Amino acid sequence: MSTPLVDINNLHVRFHGQRTVHAVNGVNLTLAPGETLGVLGESGSGKSVTLKTLLRLLPENRTQIAGDVRVSGVDVMALSGKALANHRGGVVSMIFQDPMLALDPVYTIGEQISEGVMRHEGASSREAYARALEMLTRVRIPSPERRLKAYPHEMSGGMRQRAMIALALACKPKLLLADEPTTALDATVQIQILLLLRELQRELGMGMIFVTHDIGVAVEVSDRVAVMYAGQVVETGSVRDILRSPQHPYTRGLLAANLHGAQKGQRLQAIPGAPPPLDTAPVTCSFAPRCPVKAAGCDAGPPPNVTLAPGREVRCIHALGEAQGSAAN
Amino acid sequence: MTAVSIEKLATVEKSPGYWAGVARRFSRDPVAMIALVVVVGLILMAIFAPLVAPSDPYRTSMLRRLRPIGTEGFPLGADELGRDMLSRLIYGARLSLLMGVTPVVIAFFIGSAIGITAGYVGGRLNTALMRTIDVFFAFPSVLLAIALSGALGAGIFNGLLSLTVVFIPPIARIAESVTTAVRRIEYVEAARASGASAFTIVRVHVLGNVIGPIFVYATGLISVSLILASGLSFLGLGVKPPEPEWGLMLNTLRNAIYVQPWVAALPGLMIFITSISFNLLSDGLRSAMDIKA
Repeated sequence: MSTPLVDINNLHVRFHGQRTVHAVNGVNLTLAPGETLGVLGESGSGKSVTLKTLLRLLPENRTQIAGDVRVSGVDVMALSGKALANHRGGVVSMIFQDPMLALDPVYTIGEQISEGVMRHEGASSREAYARALEMLTRVRIPSPERRLKAYPHEMSGGMRQRAMIALALACKPKLLLADEPTTALDATVQIQILLLLRELQRELGMGMIFVTHDIGVAVEVSDRVAVMYAGQVVETGSVRDILRSPQHPYTRGLLAANLHGAQKGQRLQAIPGAPPPLDTAPVTCSFAPRCPVKAAGCDAGPPPNVTLAPGREVRCIHALGEAQGSAAN
Repeated sequence: MTAVSIEKLATVEKSPGYWAGVARRFSRDPVAMIALVVVVGLILMAIFAPLVAPSDPYRTSMLRRLRPIGTEGFPLGADELGRDMLSRLIYGARLSLLMGVTPVVIAFFIGSAIGITAGYVGGRLNTALMRTIDVFFAFPSVLLAIALSGALGAGIFNGLLSLTVVFIPPIARIAESVTTAVRRIEYVEAARASGASAFTIVRVHVLGNVIGPIFVYATGLISVSLILASGLSFLGLGVKPPEPEWGLMLNTLRNAIYVQPWVAALPGLMIFITSISFNLLSDGLRSAMDIKA
């Protein structure tokens, strides 16, 4: 593997306000070019914050960011001015959760797509419109010529999300960030959008980081999955590994809480308790209070980050034995 | 990828744009169109007053004081100094509209600038600007206008100045609240994510979404300004006699209310028609600008 497309090393993000929130506490992530990583976690686990760090979208004056964030070898935290503007939208682009809110209601779809193209490529407005039309065709919006002149409110939810994707891909970014892009859509449209994203990602050879709280969605689009809990990545691995042999108790809990295996009349499986408040940085395992297999050593210090195989890491004291076991075999 | 064509684009002309849509919806609203016609008519009347007015609005005649409506040569009667009411009402539109519209236009720019800055930057600057604005809200607007005009002295310029000061706070407050709301919506973040500079975001995405509501609010203020300006003149703080101005005419004719009530009421009628037209115009704009409707 040459230089990874994304290399996040020991990222810490802290928000200052009326109270301090330790949103991200030592995240390591890598993404190879052309690969799709699904980031899985519940609300407040730091998935979106990690994503926004890649675009430097967090409010600078209230956020303290430590750690190393590189996109194709470029230090994102050191970017400023023109270079940062080029990075945003040109190299890395983002799809938001709710296309109704993420598209500006007073401009047509065509105007919004061409705005970015003109900014990043210095294209004339004619060329930019041609690109907008081409992108709308690519995301398979019916009668794209007409939609170019439509306002966001004149389109359906699925169509708006397609337009949002067209907008994000118009400048051919190397990396696409998707922040729960299907959550605001209904189930039948969801799968269409997922398939479209997957297909476009392969076609354009982009890397993609896909944030979701829905395991089914993560499995559908990703090559690899990173599970986040309380601002830390607790487990990474290929989709197959995570599904077949989850190592971290939290991942197991998530998989057990899946609706598909549930029997009628039985209570749904759930993980007892709630995620910890992030007022202070975690010093021990954040999941320990809810963990069904909590051991004596769990409260003693931070859990070790165990590498089971290349690209397969678990942040759990129990994995230590597992790793030694597999090494012995 | 660009093979898809500039030729195909020939069929795709540029979007008609937001304002074309607003104009189309506005033209379908009969009440708003009538209000627009009245307002445009009043403005034209003010501009071409010398051509429209039948006689000299300043020529007095002691013999023809307080003639009723319909008198030969005085279609709308004569005032307490025997001047032609019709001509004075027509000329009066000049000063009245000037006093009504100018403060709002100036306050629109200053107030929007203050409000959008406060709303977009947020934090301490917002607190500093908006709390200062709040101080002005402590005074009732009529009182503030009277106090300022009184302190500065009577006159058209001072009247305009004091009315402008009166209208900056409400416009700034509206601009601030709309901007604060818009700034939090995801498309602003989406624009940042696509590499737009802060200036572009304010110019394109904030202004585009904020200017409509502020504009509508400001057109609604024109009628208030008109009435306040007339009030200042009525109190002798705005326009000075013998200039024709509706508020002032109302004042000087008030002694004649028992002799020629209809003639004395005419300037008030003009103020009423003008202000209600601006209000209806503002209502029509409000619904025409709401593209979600």
